[in-house]
Amino acid sequence: MTGSPAADGPYDLLLLATGDDVAVAVRDLAAGPWRTSDGRVLRTTGPLRLGHKVAVRAIAAGEHVVRSGMSIGSTTAPVAAGDWVHTHNLRSDYIVTFAHRGGEE
Amino acid sequence: MTTPPAPLLGYPRTDGRVGIRDVVAVVYLVECARAVADAIAAGRDDVHVIGFGGCYPSSYAHRMLELLCTHPNVGAVALVSLGCEGFDREGLAYAVAASGRPVATFVIQAEGGTRATVARGRAWVDETRARSADARTVPFTLADLVVGTICGGSDGTSGITANPVVGRVFDRLVAAGGTAVFEETGELIGCEQHMAERAVTAELGAQIVARVEKAAAYYTAMGHGSFSPGNAEGGLTTLEEKSLGAYSKSGSGPIHGVVTPGQRVPAPGLYLLDVVPEGPPRWGFPNINDNAEIAELVAAGSHVVLFTTGRGSVVGSAVSPVLKICANPETYRRMSDDMDVDAGRILEGREGIDDVADEVLGLLHAVAAGRPTASEELGHREFVLTYKSSEPTGPACLPTVR
Repeated sequence: MTGSPAADGPYDLLLLATGDDVAVAVRDLAAGPWRTSDGRVLRTTGPLRLGHKVAVRAIAAGEHVVRSGMSIGSTTAPVAAGDWVHTHNLRSDYIVTFAHRGGEE
Repeated sequence: MTTPPAPLLGYPRTDGRVGIRDVVAVVYLVECARAVADAIAAGRDDVHVIGFGGCYPSSYAHRMLELLCTHPNVGAVALVSLGCEGFDREGLAYAVAASGRPVATFVIQAEGGTRATVARGRAWVDETRARSADARTVPFTLADLVVGTICGGSDGTSGITANPVVGRVFDRLVAAGGTAVFEETGELIGCEQHMAERAVTAELGAQIVARVEKAAAYYTAMGHGSFSPGNAEGGLTTLEEKSLGAYSKSGSGPIHGVVTPGQRVPAPGLYLLDVVPEGPPRWGFPNINDNAEIAELVAAGSHVVLFTTGRGSVVGSAVSPVLKICANPETYRRMSDDMDVDAGRILEGREGIDDVADEVLGLLHAVAAGRPTASEELGHREFVLTYKSSEPTGPACLPTVR
C-alpha cells in the first residue's frame, strides 16, 4: 500500500454522484485520512485497492447501497463510515430477484 | 457540440448514406474459400476480408453479410465461393449490385483452383480500384454518422472513466441529431428499470425490461457465470454494479429503440442492440467474443466504433474503424501504441469527463475525415461471424415519437 495525503492528484477517493453511499479509491491506499472528490476528508478503517469502494457514511444492515445514483445491492452487516464495502458486507439484490422470478434458487 | 466546424467530406453512396472509408470487401462464403480470399486481399490496406465459415445456410449470416457488403464504408465487393456451399451467393451478389456497387463472384471450383482464382480476384480488385471514381465529395457532419460502442477487457476503472466518457459523447451526438448504438443486453442486467424510464414510449420501456430478462434467462441456461473473480478483484462487488459500469456508455438521454443483430438502425437517435437471441439457447453463446459484437454494430450501420477497455484490448475491425478509449491509466502507459484516448487521467484527477469527451469528439471528427485509428494503423481488421438465430424487432422497439 502506498500514498500519503499529499501525493498525486487532487483527491484520493472519487464520489461518482452526489448522494452516493460509497466512494472509489483512485489508487491503492493505506488506512488513514484521505481526500474525497467533494472536498471532505474521510478516515478509512483499512487498506483499499484501486477501484474498490469505501462507505462515506454509516449504513445499517439490509440497506441499499447507492453508487453513481443507482443501487448496487444491499448490506449484509452494519457498515461504519470509512469501512471497505465489498462481498463480505454487500450482496446483489438482483440475482435473488431474478432467481425467484425464474423459479430457480 | 464542440466539434470543429471544418467541413467533412465523405464517399457518396446511392442509398444516401455517406462513407468515411472506401473499402473493397473480399467475402468468403464458406471457410473452404477463406485462404483464397485472404490471398486476394493480401498486401492492400483498403481491401478487407469478411465472410462466413459455415457450409450450411444461415439467414442471420446472409442478412449480416448483405448489410456489411452494402455498408457505406464499402465501395466494391468480391465474393469468393468454393462452389458447393449452401450460401445463396446469387442473392448476395444481386443485393450488392442493386446498391450500385461493383460486384464480382469468383467460384474456386469453376475458376480452376487456388492460383487461378487468386490471380483473377487480384486483377479484378486492381481494375476496380483503378477505375473507381469514388472520392470524398459529399459534405457531412458527425450527426450524419452512426457511432457504436462496446466495452472489452473491462476492469474496475472502465465504469468510472472511459464508459461515462462515451456516455457523454453519445449524449452530445444524439442531441445534435446523430445516431448512437450501445449493446449487450446480458451486461445490462440490473439496469433495465432505469433504461425503461429513459425509453421514449412506455411500450418500448416494457420491451427493454423483457429483453434484459430474456438475456438473464439465456445466460443462466448457458451456465455462463456473469460475474468473474477478476471482476471482484478489480473492486466490483455485485452483478448490478458491473452492469452499471457498462450501462454508463449509453449516456443519459432518451432511448429511441431496440434493434437486433442483422437489422439496421432506422433513424437518428439512441438505440440498444439486443444481441441475445429469442427462444431457448441454440448455436451456443450469443456472441463468442468482442469482434462478433463489433461485426453486429457495424452491420447495424456503425461508421465507427468506440471501444472502451481497462485491461487492454488491441482489436480493430474490418469495414469500420475502431477507436480505443483506455480506462486504466496504468494500462495506457503500458499499451499506449494500441490506444487512441487516455481516459484514465480522469481517475487521477488530471482532467474531467467533459474534457476527455471533447477529445473523443475531436478524434471522431479526424477519423471521419480519414485519419487512421491506432488499430487501423497497426493492421487490425478482425472479423467474426457465427451461426445465430435472430429475428428483426417488432414495431414496439422502433421509434414512434421523437
